[in-house]
Amino acid sequence: MKNRLHKWRLLSLFAMIALILSGCGKPFLSTLTPAGEVAQTQFDLMVLSTAIMVLVILVVTVMFIYVIFRFRRKKGDENKIPKQVEGSHKLEIIWTVIPILLLIVLTVPTVSYTFALADVSPMEKKDKDGKTKDALVINVRANLYWWEFEYPDEGVITSQDLVVPTDQRVYFNLKASDVKHSFWIPAVGGKMDTNTDGENQFFLEFDGESAEKVKNQFYGKCAELCGPSHALMDFKVETKSPEEFDQWISDMKSAKAPKAEDGLAKQGEEVFNKSCIGCHAITPNDSRPEQARRAPNLSNFGERSKIAGVMDHSEEDLKNWLEDPEKYKPGNKMTGTYGDLSSEQLDALTAYLMDLKVENK
Amino acid sequence: MSTYAQKKGIGATIWDYLTTVDHKKIAILYLIAGGLFFVVGGLEAMFIRIQLAVPNNDFVSAGLFNEIITMHGTTMIFLAAMPLLFGFMNAVMPLQIGARDVAFPFLNSLGFWLFFFGGVFLNLSWFLGGAPDAGWTSYASLSLASPGHGVDFYVLGLQISGAGTLIGGINFLVTIINMRAPGMTYMRMPLFTWSTFVASALILFAFPPLTVGLFLMLFDRMFGANFFDAAAGGNTIIWEHLFWIFGHPEVYILILPAFGIFSEIFATFSRKRLFGYSSMVFATVLIGFLGFMVWAHHMFTVGLGPIANAIFAVATMAIAVPTGIKIFNWLMTMWGGSIRFTTPMLYAVAFIPSFVAGGVTGIMNAVAPADYQFHDSYFVVAHFHYVIVGGVVLGLLAGAHFYWPKMFGTMLNEFLGKITFWLFLIGFHLTFFIQHFLGLMGMPRRVFTFMEGQGLETGNLVSSIGAFFMAAAIIILLINVVITSVKNEKVGNDPWGDGRTLEWAIPSPPPFYNFKQLPLVRGLDPYWLEKMEGKKGMMPAEPIGDIHMPNNSFIPFVLSMGMFIAAFGAMYQVDDKPWAIPVLILGLLIVFGSMFIRSIKDDHGFHIHKEDLLDEDDKEVKA
Amino acid sequence: MAAEQKYTEATWPSSPERATLEGKNKFLGFWLFLGGETVLFASLFATYLALKDKVPSADHALAKDLFEIPLTFMATMLLLTSSLTSVYAMYHMKNFDFKRMQAWLLVTVLLGAAFLGLEIYEFNHYVHEFKHTFTSSAFGSAFYTLVGFHGAHVAVGLGWILTLMIRNAKRGLTLYNAPKFYVASLYWHFIDVVWVFIFTVVYLMGMVG
Repeated sequence: MKNRLHKWRLLSLFAMIALILSGCGKPFLSTLTPAGEVAQTQFDLMVLSTAIMVLVILVVTVMFIYVIFRFRRKKGDENKIPKQVEGSHKLEIIWTVIPILLLIVLTVPTVSYTFALADVSPMEKKDKDGKTKDALVINVRANLYWWEFEYPDEGVITSQDLVVPTDQRVYFNLKASDVKHSFWIPAVGGKMDTNTDGENQFFLEFDGESAEKVKNQFYGKCAELCGPSHALMDFKVETKSPEEFDQWISDMKSAKAPKAEDGLAKQGEEVFNKSCIGCHAITPNDSRPEQARRAPNLSNFGERSKIAGVMDHSEEDLKNWLEDPEKYKPGNKMTGTYGDLSSEQLDALTAYLMDLKVENK
Repeated sequence: MSTYAQKKGIGATIWDYLTTVDHKKIAILYLIAGGLFFVVGGLEAMFIRIQLAVPNNDFVSAGLFNEIITMHGTTMIFLAAMPLLFGFMNAVMPLQIGARDVAFPFLNSLGFWLFFFGGVFLNLSWFLGGAPDAGWTSYASLSLASPGHGVDFYVLGLQISGAGTLIGGINFLVTIINMRAPGMTYMRMPLFTWSTFVASALILFAFPPLTVGLFLMLFDRMFGANFFDAAAGGNTIIWEHLFWIFGHPEVYILILPAFGIFSEIFATFSRKRLFGYSSMVFATVLIGFLGFMVWAHHMFTVGLGPIANAIFAVATMAIAVPTGIKIFNWLMTMWGGSIRFTTPMLYAVAFIPSFVAGGVTGIMNAVAPADYQFHDSYFVVAHFHYVIVGGVVLGLLAGAHFYWPKMFGTMLNEFLGKITFWLFLIGFHLTFFIQHFLGLMGMPRRVFTFMEGQGLETGNLVSSIGAFFMAAAIIILLINVVITSVKNEKVGNDPWGDGRTLEWAIPSPPPFYNFKQLPLVRGLDPYWLEKMEGKKGMMPAEPIGDIHMPNNSFIPFVLSMGMFIAAFGAMYQVDDKPWAIPVLILGLLIVFGSMFIRSIKDDHGFHIHKEDLLDEDDKEVKA
Repeated sequence: MAAEQKYTEATWPSSPERATLEGKNKFLGFWLFLGGETVLFASLFATYLALKDKVPSADHALAKDLFEIPLTFMATMLLLTSSLTSVYAMYHMKNFDFKRMQAWLLVTVLLGAAFLGLEIYEFNHYVHEFKHTFTSSAFGSAFYTLVGFHGAHVAVGLGWILTLMIRNAKRGLTLYNAPKFYVASLYWHFIDVVWVFIFTVVYLMGMVG
């Protein structure tokens, strides 16, 4: 009997974990399809803690079901007075000690991985120019409701689409410029808050194989309530092989201010220079201080995957967005800063923006 | 029945409740006000689930959604769950220890009215320019950036109702320490009294940090201070610490009394004394103690560093041990018992697996590196609803059915009660179980919408359907209350037949002085002990004599209203409204004036004379 | 009724503040309240320490520029003495000597008022000489909030003790008002203890740097 019970427990335990492993959710978003060292560590901890917890639940459930069926008051028992039991030291010691042991099993990896995942020491090794020696560092600055990604050692700034190399640790400096946000790429690793005071640091690793499965794009989210459009503060992560990434960085570094050539884009440039350029930069090497960088850098806008983080990257949606941003991202800071645009102006501006590209393909 | 309970007009009844200092009537006030806020918070929950039922829904706007989630959380914690528990504490705890009233009847009334006016103030925000929208945690950078007066309503409303709660906590502590009947030693106190005691101690030490946090926020928003303004040297993390130093014990303030209610129910309907009573007491105290050591587990992703995270992770896991002790003790209480599945017992039984599920996800959250994934996702939403709904709300519903006859002298309908139970239980699991997976699948919490194609559609729809089951359950409960009140079939002292503690030894509802003669307590479960020896009631510990009772007072109501008025003045002085400062001063004058009158007017109370008590005996004999 | 009964020196109980159930409840309830107050001040101290010298720019005054020992030492002495005089008052209360109790309470009130006067002078000094105000920096907000909360407690204590003195001037000591006097003096001691911490943490540690 005991043995059978044991087997049954194990079986359902594995069934449960298999259910989780089967991967509900989308691989570009779900924490259950870990795509990298950090997410994998966290996933393993989830499985370990789930296994222990399912064990506890099973013990309780078995006792529970037995008790409520075995000891229900039956006909004829109306006047039966059960034996009044004070307690049992032996039992009480058992159910104090066993949980403690189970928790110790959980404590050891918890503590060790807490420290392992906080190891950002490679960020501190700088060469004489102040550049990080052997690690890729990205400064993340969260804003209402967009993300800026700065590669400080390369002098490159981009926004909304985070571009990273696969299969190496990427280190992040995190901060917020207005209210608190939280930087989360569920499939790749846990989140870290971007505070308004002080910077946080952590690292992530993007697994190349998993990245291929999701066409080199993961979804990122803001995880801390930050205002009406908190739900819409998404960003995308473009993963590239180390070689492609180096190429991208050098494209970005060498990108010049774009010059519109054909007629429509030329008109768009005029509109842009009149209405947008006060906030939006169009070169990746924006040397203004961060307080002046009040809107996403648009230098590679034409190569992005989404507009404003959530809308399709199409001319139609771009026009919709430019016409009434409030409708698509309530509470954003762009609404009302540039007056109404005529439909010709919209067409021109759209043509211009869609032409903003840096990659030499 | 009693010479004191004459038939009164409706106006006189209202006046009686406005001025009452009787713990049983204050309990009813808490039950009504808390129930009202519970319905409001429930409606807000329904709006949330309707909005999230399908992707890209536009049932409510983004800004309004944030107001709804903020008010849902704030209302449910501060204005529904806690007051409802206070209701049961007030109704039952003094009876359980054999006291004629609480230690400070006047303060008891003051505590209620402060809570009530604070709650009303907070909810008036809906009609005066918009509710708070920074979440129930109101993290500093967002709450300072929040336009309008929403967050001001939050700060001032919670400050007022928090003062009421603190007063209530001190009152219960003194009552339990000083007012126990002869023979009622600490280790004979029923578990509900014990959990009231520990929860009150938690209130005493947990609310002041919230008070300070709210003051800092108030000064920042209304008087130009710079506590949370990074540009002027401020630091927003201070708010997070203060809030959670309060916020985590708050969870135990809610759950411990629910544990207490369940302990009474398990023992009563298993017809067995509580298994491992002393370890239950020990576990309750230990949970309360550890509750203060773990607040930073709400802040694992804030960037406190690996040392702090590791310490708080381990400390948090430690809480599982005393909680586990409790679960097994409850199971062993039923073991070998004679279990009767009344409505309260159904809730108690269902509580065990529901709460265990919430508890184990709590341990999972304590695993700091994994929590980087869980934090601020729907996994956490699922976790705390499993704890608060699966623990506290089931406890409240169980308590409502269990103590209804003691409070109102009539039984809630068992058939309707069981329908409520099943609907609620199914709805609860349907709503929240799937949310664990939504969180793991990458859904952050507090999002007003989600997009198609991210794998979140089915889960959210299922969750929303579940919510309607819960709503239906509550509607049936309300119908049950109405039917029961209209029928009003009176019941005797011990309507469940298996009562064990002192409250079941006196009439339902008890006379306003509770005990004609204070009972002599001879052990744990005193009434059960007497019943087992074939006696009908408690042995008196004193001869019949004069009973000293406190006078009713209108001052608590007026004082609380003064705070309410002053809060409007404080809030609108920001806008340079000319009337704001005079209103602030007027409100404070009412507050201090009430205090002044209270201190210079001697209030010695009155006596019920021995002769009247004896007369009553004669009448009962005749009748 | 026991509480209103007239007493003589001979019949007056040795712990008049706890001779009735009401008194016992007040006594315990107030101690518990002070427990909560302790947490309140602890939170304010923590906030102060976190924000000490946190100013937006270098031209703001810091703790070491602001604080001077002579002034705050005098304030400390005033408050410590007032605590002592309130002990005398309670001693006379226990001995059923109403007049002396009132006299010592009056001394306590005067010392407390002097303390409050010094504090007002001090704040005024900081505001005008150093432009160190409630709104000038996070440090300013934290300083005025911590010390100001204490000051407000002193003011409330003064009002409380005065009200008690005036209200009971004509009727002397009873078991009804004895707990009230006792609790007020307990409150006064608490204020004093908090000040000792403020003196140490804010002023002495502030001077060290």
